[in-house]
Amino acid sequence: MKKSFSRLKMAAGALSLIVGLGAVLAGCGGGNQAAPTPAQQPAGKTEQTIRLVAANHPWTEAVKTLLPDFEKATGIKVKVDSYFEDQLTQKTSVEFAANSKSIDVVMFRPLQDGKQFQKNGYFASLNDFVSKEQGLTDDIIPSALGSVKDGDNLYGIPLVTETEVLYYRKDILEKAGLQPPKTLDELKEMAAKLQDVNAGLYGFVSRGKRSPAVTQFSSYLYSFGGDFMKDGKATLNTPEALKAFEFYSTMLKDYGPPGTLNMSWPEAFGVFTQGKAVFLTDASSLFTNATDPAKSSVADKVGFAPFPAGPAGSKPYNITSWAIGVGANSEKKDAAWQFIKWVTSKEIVGKLQANGIPGALKSVWDSPEGVAKFPKDLADAIKANGAVGVPYDRPLIVNVGKARDAIGDTIIAGIQGQDIKAAAEKSNQDFQAVLDKE
Amino acid sequence: MTNWIERNIKWIYTMPAVLFVGIMMVFPVGYTLWLSFHDWDMSNVSPPLWVGLDNYLTLFQDEVFTQALWLTFYFTIVAVVIETVLGILLALLMNQHIVGKGLVKTLFLLPMVATPVAVGLVWILIYEPNIGIANIFLQAIGIAPQEWLASPEMVMPSLIVIDVWEWTPMIALIVLAGLVSLPKDPYEAAIVDGANRLQTFWNITLPLLKPTIYSAVLLRLIDALKTFDIIYATTQGGPGTSSQTLNIYGYVLGFQYFKIGQASALLMIFFAIVLGLSVLVIAVRKKAGVSM
Repeated sequence: MKKSFSRLKMAAGALSLIVGLGAVLAGCGGGNQAAPTPAQQPAGKTEQTIRLVAANHPWTEAVKTLLPDFEKATGIKVKVDSYFEDQLTQKTSVEFAANSKSIDVVMFRPLQDGKQFQKNGYFASLNDFVSKEQGLTDDIIPSALGSVKDGDNLYGIPLVTETEVLYYRKDILEKAGLQPPKTLDELKEMAAKLQDVNAGLYGFVSRGKRSPAVTQFSSYLYSFGGDFMKDGKATLNTPEALKAFEFYSTMLKDYGPPGTLNMSWPEAFGVFTQGKAVFLTDASSLFTNATDPAKSSVADKVGFAPFPAGPAGSKPYNITSWAIGVGANSEKKDAAWQFIKWVTSKEIVGKLQANGIPGALKSVWDSPEGVAKFPKDLADAIKANGAVGVPYDRPLIVNVGKARDAIGDTIIAGIQGQDIKAAAEKSNQDFQAVLDKE
Repeated sequence: MTNWIERNIKWIYTMPAVLFVGIMMVFPVGYTLWLSFHDWDMSNVSPPLWVGLDNYLTLFQDEVFTQALWLTFYFTIVAVVIETVLGILLALLMNQHIVGKGLVKTLFLLPMVATPVAVGLVWILIYEPNIGIANIFLQAIGIAPQEWLASPEMVMPSLIVIDVWEWTPMIALIVLAGLVSLPKDPYEAAIVDGANRLQTFWNITLPLLKPTIYSAVLLRLIDALKTFDIIYATTQGGPGTSSQTLNIYGYVLGFQYFKIGQASALLMIFFAIVLGLSVLVIAVRKKAGVSM
């Protein structure tokens, strides 16, 4: 009896493990399986519900408030599920890979997930829809449109564009009688001069976390004359790249607050908006986090400037950070397309941009209302960046996740004061291994 | 019909359990095993490709994997040892007649019933290097502020502290339950023999408690090995890979690198480790002559 009982315990123990592991593998999402399919309506004005899987992003928040207009005009209801960026990638890929029909419209990051998702057959082609609408894509910024195309196949429509700008504290610079830095050298000098660690004021803050840091580092890399890769060869150990790694990590090591190794944008903005840093470089599309008095204790003291010039000039990234597409298995592709057409129309993009969400339509950027909500110096900075910008902020490959981690390793080695040259050699090898498998 | 039911009654009664085990446990593990021999990036266009043992070989040559293995054991062993010692001490303390025992027991439950992700978020704030209360506390007692979760050296100890905070009460409660149900006569005999308190504890309480402690440790050990939630909620394996345990690395491989085959191989290795360890613990317990 004793023996069989302990066997039972053993079996129970083993089974509990299996359940645990199964849960890990089965996806740490849990809830929210398939959206309830609406009852099929007879012909006539169809009442349909489509499901939009989106990011936790100002765009999503703003669109939610406009949805009743769309429902009234078309009779199509939109159910919105939103997730944080990384969870969104995981959630959508798991659902798509299971051949689920439940995602009709999906918001995605063209530079992060676009190529992988397209290669995996997750997206429906939009070519047929677009060819029926004359000139629909003519107003879209060409480089933005380029980031959602696979050859001639269009699989998404750009939603949000962004570029790396310099955020600075107007009051502190004014008091010191300084103009915002025009070059990276000036940025370093000013950060050193204005920093007052004993008073809890740091010269500079930016992302220092392994993968998130890579996109913001890209502008530094380009401005020092480097790039991630050239003709399929990793170029992270070139003299230009080494200088860029050195500069970026030194800025965070010497003039950044403690704890930058764990900082993505929410943490970096947190430091800046608590009034604990003079300079911040990050994406323009996040500016409301710094200028909204509800989120920022320095809301009225934030100034903006174009990305400072390095030895190779000012070369900030200028990219499409979010786009929208139709799920390959959706059974309501027409309704999904109607929604996309509406949400990327000039009228709606105009309304969104008036709420501070930078879109991808030339005509909206050219109209006075389109930039009314943007602080003047920010609009100028975005314009200046646009003239010199680089249309990617991470390597343009399929397996972006692994590449970003490989590149980020050198940044964090630098922040910890380790040998940057050795770290960059290692990153270069790891990144080359990723490229070799593409 | 009734005859048939009566003849097969044992199968009919066990069927639901068998079905449940089959669908919810055997199938996922079997499928994971199958995937671990394939190369697949979650594509709907190209199906999984048979690669034999490649995924396993890649993992064994991968230094990040070796590091994750080491971090997993480091986290588990240190956390469980501290939790066990503290848990037993707490249980002994609570077994005394103290005022407000009921209230303390209720408070004990709180860390355990709190959602781990919420616990993680709370600790992020506590550990925040610039405004967190941990540094304010350190400064008050004259120690230099630390970077906690943001420092590659401090991150594992900091995570262990969270785990200890959350799970020591569980061990304490299990041990306390064991203490309460101990027979009284050995103690009376000890008093008659003139044993002091330390001797009584060492020679009577501890041996009698052994089975309870073993079960508590086994439960905790398996759970600690699998820890995912608090690490993912606080550091996602960072800074760099300094807190990337096997579970986190599996997640990264699967959902950030889209290497489902490698992630499955990692999980199978992990599965074997956990299984082996629990068999070992049970065997040791048997050898010690402890039964429950």
